[in-house]
Amino acid sequence: MDKLTTVEGKAYPFGMKNVDTDIVIPSHWLKTISRNGLGKGAFEVLRKEPGNVFDDPAYAGSPILIAGDNFGCGSSREHAAWALGDLGIRVVIAPSFSDIFSSNAFKNGILTAILPQDAIDRLMEVAKGPAGTPEEIHVDLEQQTVTTRFQDRFVFDIDPFRKHCLLGGLDEIGLTLGDADGIGVYEAKVAQDRPWMIPAVA
Amino acid sequence: MVKLRTLYEKIWDAHVVARRPDGTCLIYIDRHLVHEVTSPQAFEGLRLAGRTVRRPDLTLAVPDHNLPTTPRRDADGHRIPIADPESAQQLAALERNAPEFGVRLIGDADAEQGIVHVVGPEQGFTLPGTTLVCGDSHTSSHGALGALAFGIGTSEVEHVLATQTLLLKQSKTMEVVVEGELGFGVTAKDVALAICGHIGTAGGTGYVMEYRGSVFRDMSIEGRLTVANMSIEAGARSGLFAPDEKTFAYLKGRPMAPKGADWDAAVAWWRTLVTDEGAVFDKSVVIDAADIVPTVTWGTSPEDVVAVTGVVPDPASFEDASKRAAAQKSLDYMGLTAGQKLADVAIEHIFIGSCTNSRIEDLRSAAALLNGRHIASGIKHAMVVPGSGLVKRQAEAEGLDRIFTDAGFEWREPGCSACLGMNPDKVPSGERCASTSNRNFMGRQGPGARTHLVSPAMAAAAALTGRLTDVRELLKKEEGMAL
Repeated sequence: MDKLTTVEGKAYPFGMKNVDTDIVIPSHWLKTISRNGLGKGAFEVLRKEPGNVFDDPAYAGSPILIAGDNFGCGSSREHAAWALGDLGIRVVIAPSFSDIFSSNAFKNGILTAILPQDAIDRLMEVAKGPAGTPEEIHVDLEQQTVTTRFQDRFVFDIDPFRKHCLLGGLDEIGLTLGDADGIGVYEAKVAQDRPWMIPAVA
Repeated sequence: MVKLRTLYEKIWDAHVVARRPDGTCLIYIDRHLVHEVTSPQAFEGLRLAGRTVRRPDLTLAVPDHNLPTTPRRDADGHRIPIADPESAQQLAALERNAPEFGVRLIGDADAEQGIVHVVGPEQGFTLPGTTLVCGDSHTSSHGALGALAFGIGTSEVEHVLATQTLLLKQSKTMEVVVEGELGFGVTAKDVALAICGHIGTAGGTGYVMEYRGSVFRDMSIEGRLTVANMSIEAGARSGLFAPDEKTFAYLKGRPMAPKGADWDAAVAWWRTLVTDEGAVFDKSVVIDAADIVPTVTWGTSPEDVVAVTGVVPDPASFEDASKRAAAQKSLDYMGLTAGQKLADVAIEHIFIGSCTNSRIEDLRSAAALLNGRHIASGIKHAMVVPGSGLVKRQAEAEGLDRIFTDAGFEWREPGCSACLGMNPDKVPSGERCASTSNRNFMGRQGPGARTHLVSPAMAAAAALTGRLTDVRELLKKEEGMAL
């Protein structure tokens, strides 16, 4: 997983609520056996609409996406996080996220930062540019802040473990395997207490 | 004094391997279902890191999403190639990965093959009090049997394959209580849709639900599977039912369920899996059974529900501006206008299937209405996709397949099918489908497809009239007929 410390750049002023992962990446893109190259399928349906933010050259390559409530609801497809990552997005800022999407994003080095709707409204303004040209947004994971050059400063909460992993770009499986003895101890206890749990697959 | 605990807390506590100072827990996973769409990258990750599957004996692989629902073998038993090369490649990857990592695979033409969430309970792989995961959000289904079951992403699939654990934070608890008696013609699907409408698609985010009250106690296991399945549609990763005598009766004798003395020991433990009297939930939602009616969706979110006797809502009636905009966008996509009666909406496609409603009781309920009748002339295509090969076989033994085909339905092979259209079963753009599936998202059943979520009985009713129809109108004509 790539480290994430600070992210600075333009942001897609998307803002849509209840964006499900079928919208982020339609199911026909799920037939890949690779994690790469899904950016071209991201928001495919919305991108058919003229004037959509994703194809607006003003926002091309933005590392930040600003979205509405309940972003990433629906399917558990991690392809949604892969597609955003492939677009170059490192941070999604929204008032709320679905649990599964948030977890998937984090495991791919993408920060899901939760800020209240009024902060989102303000960041949408900044992203579009108060003077008509998009302005940059600065995200600092260590400080847990989202700031702009207009003295906006918003603080977000993040699970300390997720923060630690993102800052260090840590391999979670490697971390867990470090506790393999503990897993073995648990398995031995279950084998004794609930032996019927074991032989599931004949 | 012993702490009073909810069912969720009891299952959670029994699976903690290690607890970090910040509260994150390493949770043991008892059961892992694997399908072909969300696993290739996970197996590839293991291979690249030189890792193995820690517990292949707790892992079961079943292909379901990509499989065509047309016959899979020719008369000589040879595989009929899957036309879409990418679908074929994904199936091939699972068929290669499962034996390489020692995982049992139920193959595409095995009688036991089906949708993972139908196969798990049917095989007795799903058990009360277990933690069960799958790279699929509808894993919540298995909560019907009292398993703490939830969907995970591919990185987590890889984590479970390698370690048989997940790093998780404990969720908040929500009880969803429905007391009373369901009205005539009202099914488990209507209850699930009513819950989505009541709490919204984000209402359950961060929570594990427990379904409580007389309606759920009286509900069959298959009805509970429908309700638990749609927990995720209300934002909750998991939805639990306390295991009871119905659960035990359902599981007894299933191929992978415990046997003999093991069975008795298991049941003894399962009986302890109830929320303690006086245990406190973080949130409580109470719905009166009498308020639940045959329901359809009008929009592009499962929370967009309305009584089939109702009208399409006016976007202007929503309080907040973004909801008004979203409703208008939904209506434009759905080709509906505010104030239009749902019962006037013409339907062109009928899909009976998906992990929500493809079990034998679902098929019986639809067949009961269709028996001796024929689909309306406006219906371009109607199909039944049983949830598994065993459901299909059972239905055929009961003669249901003939009822469906005589009525003008196609009778297909099991799989996920038109629920999400990864295989060739799609609804054409701009056309309208009454579907027993779980999601009416834009493009879910195919680009531009318009989905109305309904119960199997309501899907059958729509097939007979060619429009969205209150199933009670048809039931009245059949004296004494119940769903």
